[in-house]
Amino acid sequence: MNIRVSDPAAIEVRDLTVAYRDKPVLWDIDLTVPSGVLMAVVGPNGAGKTTFVKALLDLLKISAGRIRFFGSPYEACRQDIAYVPQRGSVDWDFPTSVLDVVMMGRYGQLGWIRRPGRRERERAREALRRVGMEDFAHRQIRQLSGGQQQRVFLARALVQDARIYLMDEPLQGVDAVTERAIIDLLRELRERGRTLLVVHHDLQTVTEYFDHVMLLNVRRIASGPVDEAFTPDNLRLAYGGRIAFLRSADAAGPSDAIAP
Amino acid sequence: MTQGEMEIQLLAVVVAAACALPGTFLVLRKMAMMSDAISHAILPGIVIAFFLTHNLNSPLLILAAAATGVLTVMLVELLMSTRLVREDAAIGLTFPVLFSIGIILIARFAGDVHLDTDAVLLGEPAFAPFDRLIVGGRDIGPRALYIMSAVGLANVAFITLFYKELKIATFDAGLAAALGFGPVLIHYGLMTFVSITAVAAFDAVGSILVVAMMVAPSAAAYLLTDRLRDMILLSVALGAASAVGGFQMARLFDVSIAGAMATASGLVFLAVWLGAPRYGILAGRQRRIRQKWEFAETMLAIHLFNHEGLPEADIEHRIGHLEEHLSWERDFARRVVRRAQSNGLVQRTNDEDEDDLLALTPQGRKAASEAIENL
Repeated sequence: MNIRVSDPAAIEVRDLTVAYRDKPVLWDIDLTVPSGVLMAVVGPNGAGKTTFVKALLDLLKISAGRIRFFGSPYEACRQDIAYVPQRGSVDWDFPTSVLDVVMMGRYGQLGWIRRPGRRERERAREALRRVGMEDFAHRQIRQLSGGQQQRVFLARALVQDARIYLMDEPLQGVDAVTERAIIDLLRELRERGRTLLVVHHDLQTVTEYFDHVMLLNVRRIASGPVDEAFTPDNLRLAYGGRIAFLRSADAAGPSDAIAP
Repeated sequence: MTQGEMEIQLLAVVVAAACALPGTFLVLRKMAMMSDAISHAILPGIVIAFFLTHNLNSPLLILAAAATGVLTVMLVELLMSTRLVREDAAIGLTFPVLFSIGIILIARFAGDVHLDTDAVLLGEPAFAPFDRLIVGGRDIGPRALYIMSAVGLANVAFITLFYKELKIATFDAGLAAALGFGPVLIHYGLMTFVSITAVAAFDAVGSILVVAMMVAPSAAAYLLTDRLRDMILLSVALGAASAVGGFQMARLFDVSIAGAMATASGLVFLAVWLGAPRYGILAGRQRRIRQKWEFAETMLAIHLFNHEGLPEADIEHRIGHLEEHLSWERDFARRVVRRAQSNGLVQRTNDEDEDDLLALTPQGRKAASEAIENL
């Protein structure tokens, strides 16, 4: 069975299981993310979405399974993968500036000990421009609003210039304008051939924003192009009975959907 | 000032600087109490190494104590990883056990050597000048000063070399790990330097002063700046100031030098906590008072804006009415109106009349409509 696929998938997950002691958090996940797609990961609270992203990044011990990025394990291609953690996972009172946080995205390329210099600063400024935050470069990070924090995190991922972006709820708690700007940016990355896997919480916008989706609830319920995988039946499987709104959403299209 | 006094102060300044360097990261990592745990728990390491070498000046003592410090961190984390004990309780469980093992060992087997329990807790910087370093028959100064300087320089080297790594591992451990910087390695590296610093400083000044010098100057510096580099430099400066100030206090009141220095570091923190220009208590209070008035002025402007040009304006636009409508005390309402007036938001039609008609200025109208838009 030594078949070489000429163009391996951006992300290939096989039999991934993560457990805390005997309680499985992720159970036997198989997932193929083709190169150049914008994929949402959706599922109810406690479905293991964040755990899934962390498992991909080798941030926690997996009980079983195999994860490959363009055919290689994570350690072999750190530089190709950018990570946007949940905004709430860091201390925004840390004494540092916006520009400094964005430059952290270059630390991986710099390696140990070498300090960021003029080139890193310029790239960080450029990334801030792309997220519309160039005027905030020297701001203390504790002065930022939620949406601005999210943009800074996004800029930090942009300076990595990665092939794959893993994002944990980048639209969590941002205002409508920021949401629009972030989505435009994600699409632009996709147009440039990047692959994006985005944990998303708002079922209403999945069909509008994303082209692929994975429905997750400890197990992978479904995955694939949105129009194939994002079906009422699959959603019912993922969310149980708590999605009465889906029928109307299904009939009327995403923009007319009623909030759950 | 005698040479001894100069030496004591110099030593204290070096200790303060050496402690403030890793202390900054302890404070930022919300691990300040770890300095307390480490500075106590290193005692059994010192005692056991002393039993092995029978030499209080052996460098093995520092290494053994540093290893005990790292062991303390590991034990605390082991307890936490069972998820049966939280971090504060894990620290509180670990270090008294290790510390008391050290005390028992001293009391049982080393009653006759210079390892007494008082010196362990409070230390006595005044004795430092008596232990000289003699090189080639020449007295080149107190031994502790050389040891502390070496440890201080090691800290400077560690933080300078791994500044970027320490920063990212402290700010965002997840990203640090994803980028391959091993935050666990960095964590234990930092804890090793905390332990080495604690044991060297502990010998010179005692464990309470170690804790004070690691936590207080850094916690104060945190309130004074928004930049990590400045926070490190400021905490070194504040630590040094506490050391000198504490020594002078001790001389003035003829009290324990270590105790006075720890007190001075507390006083420095207190002063900064109260008076820091942006994050201090007083600045915060002033800001809240200003915000209260600004908010009241905006409320007044919006109230006038909403009724402007309508028939009820004749009733609504009077101070007396604000009392009912916004449930403001009459006195408060008057003060708000006066402030809004002096800020050019509101005009009075008749200054003589207490209950005259209020009108928005163009500026006030702009402020109100902006406030409504920004809701």
